[in-house]
Amino acid sequence: MALGYIFYSRFIAEKIYRLDPDFQTPAHEFNDGVDFVPTNKYVLWGHHFTSVAGAAPIIGPAIAVIWGWVPAFLWVIFGTIFFAGVHDAGAIWASNRNKGRSMGALTGDVVGKRAQSLFMIVIFLVLLMVNAVFAVVISGLLVDFNSAVIPVWGAIIVALIIGQLIYRKLIGLLAVSVIGVLALYALIWLGPIAPVALPEQIGILSDRAQWILILFGYAAIASLLPVWMLLQPRDYINGLQLFVGLILLYGAVLLSGPELVAPAFNTNLPEGTPSMVPLLFVTIACGAISGFHGLVAGGTTSKQLNKETDARFVGYFGAVGEGSLALAAVIAATAGFATFGDWQAIYHSFGQGGVNAFVTGGANILSNGIGLNLDLAQTLLTVMAVLFAGTTMDTGLRLQRYIFQEWGSIYNIGWMQKAIPATLLAVGACLLLAFGAGGADGSGGLVIWPLFGTTNQLLAGLTLLVITVMLVRYGRPMYATLIPLIFLLIMTVFALLTQLHTFYVAGDWFLFFLDIVVLIAAILIALECGSVLSKLRKQDNQVKQDGR
Amino acid sequence: MAVDWQAWRAAIARANAFVEEVYNAPYRSAIARARREQDDLFMLLVFSEMMGVPNPASYYTLELQPLMLERFHDWHQRMGMERSPLDHFRCC
Repeated sequence: MALGYIFYSRFIAEKIYRLDPDFQTPAHEFNDGVDFVPTNKYVLWGHHFTSVAGAAPIIGPAIAVIWGWVPAFLWVIFGTIFFAGVHDAGAIWASNRNKGRSMGALTGDVVGKRAQSLFMIVIFLVLLMVNAVFAVVISGLLVDFNSAVIPVWGAIIVALIIGQLIYRKLIGLLAVSVIGVLALYALIWLGPIAPVALPEQIGILSDRAQWILILFGYAAIASLLPVWMLLQPRDYINGLQLFVGLILLYGAVLLSGPELVAPAFNTNLPEGTPSMVPLLFVTIACGAISGFHGLVAGGTTSKQLNKETDARFVGYFGAVGEGSLALAAVIAATAGFATFGDWQAIYHSFGQGGVNAFVTGGANILSNGIGLNLDLAQTLLTVMAVLFAGTTMDTGLRLQRYIFQEWGSIYNIGWMQKAIPATLLAVGACLLLAFGAGGADGSGGLVIWPLFGTTNQLLAGLTLLVITVMLVRYGRPMYATLIPLIFLLIMTVFALLTQLHTFYVAGDWFLFFLDIVVLIAAILIALECGSVLSKLRKQDNQVKQDGR
Repeated sequence: MAVDWQAWRAAIARANAFVEEVYNAPYRSAIARARREQDDLFMLLVFSEMMGVPNPASYYTLELQPLMLERFHDWHQRMGMERSPLDHFRCC
């Protein structure tokens, strides 16, 4: 990946996007101190990286290693170099060349209104699925690793206190950062001493289902609070925690040199495991390519770009950062077990493993590498994963509420424009999916993970389409974005058809219906791609003929 | 060897400025927008009597009107009104 950044990103930046250091970026052109502010490239990289790297690049790879470590490893490496880096830097460049407009608005301007409507629908589906899946993931972690309960909820109190200290300017941020991180680690130390477990059953609700309800209750309240109060300090602490976690994990791998107990290619797949092609390419979305990055790139990053050439470092290297987190997940989920039997016991069916395997394997590596107590290591990694997923839920629910409010305003539905009813609608939709996909105990929600991957890839496809159209209009080579676009669309449609068959056989009509909705969106996007590109080719031929 | 406290203080100030930028950059626009919305609401209160909306605190808000003049122009332009919407109050 480092070589990819050094060589391929330079090629992309100089020959394809032709980033110009003298181009006046929107941050300078419209500097308003609000949205458009020129920002130091290292600060911007940190912001971009921590916004795009979350729980998803951990969950996907840790599920996908069921096919063996080599396919996951290769897709993360090649995906990051030839797909994610090109996509992320390209999204920043495209937005930068269009007055910092968001990817949704750009899709309308560059491709057409139909594509813009598709973009909004796909975003809604991505948010819906990510909130439901993350609630299921967090609830599973809090049940399986109950030593993390105190630090996870304590971190919210730490964030609230930090938010107040900073808002009231009581002490400098450097001191606040040190205090915040120390408080978080003190809570992590306390966690294994005082584990907390909910009752196994209250009425029809299992402990997982109880956690899911509590989590959505919390996320609904958090999404209604002003961002400075909770979300901003929580994100900041998470960012610090991400760097500490990655350094510890890679340091432990280097020190202990763990053996890969998982097979390179798993020939003894559990019954019911779908075919690796195409499912691998949608199971690992974040970490190889993710459409969500385009939203961050166009929504906020491009508006703060100091120089156009910074797009290479911020966008491409941001993708490399996320790829490294995905690789850490692959290593933890394949090398963190004592024997092949231990590994097989976790990966006994498709959809298993995931973030729990990351925590178990990663804790073993930390324990062997740097001598950390196993319980403490498990708590540390659980807290890291839960905080990521939790912050994404806060943000995701807030964005979903905005979408409902916007629909309320478009269709003139008064009550839907208000914050609390719109939040309740968003929570209701997510709960329906979490329990609809996973049953009353909410334990099987990870079934929709590949479906989330396909939707995320569709979003990436739309962004790549915008970049490709722009490249054609600028008269530049388009193969660097067109080939990933075609590959993504083929794999996504193929994966949706495969899953459609699986859901049909299992009689899972809820997911069957959801799959059809995503499939229709995918086919419409593919048709849109064909129509736009053929129109551009005709225009190009016309210009050539006129020239003769 | 004497400790150069001034250099230390400068280094800490630089580090503080850096982490403040890291902390604020991602949320700058969301917070500024929220603040602007609050300011707009406050302006509505200050000018409410002119729009025929009774304001029990008008005795106090009246003296704030001159201070809000410059912001009032920005506000009505941002709201898509080229000229002042108030009959007895033409700012441009």
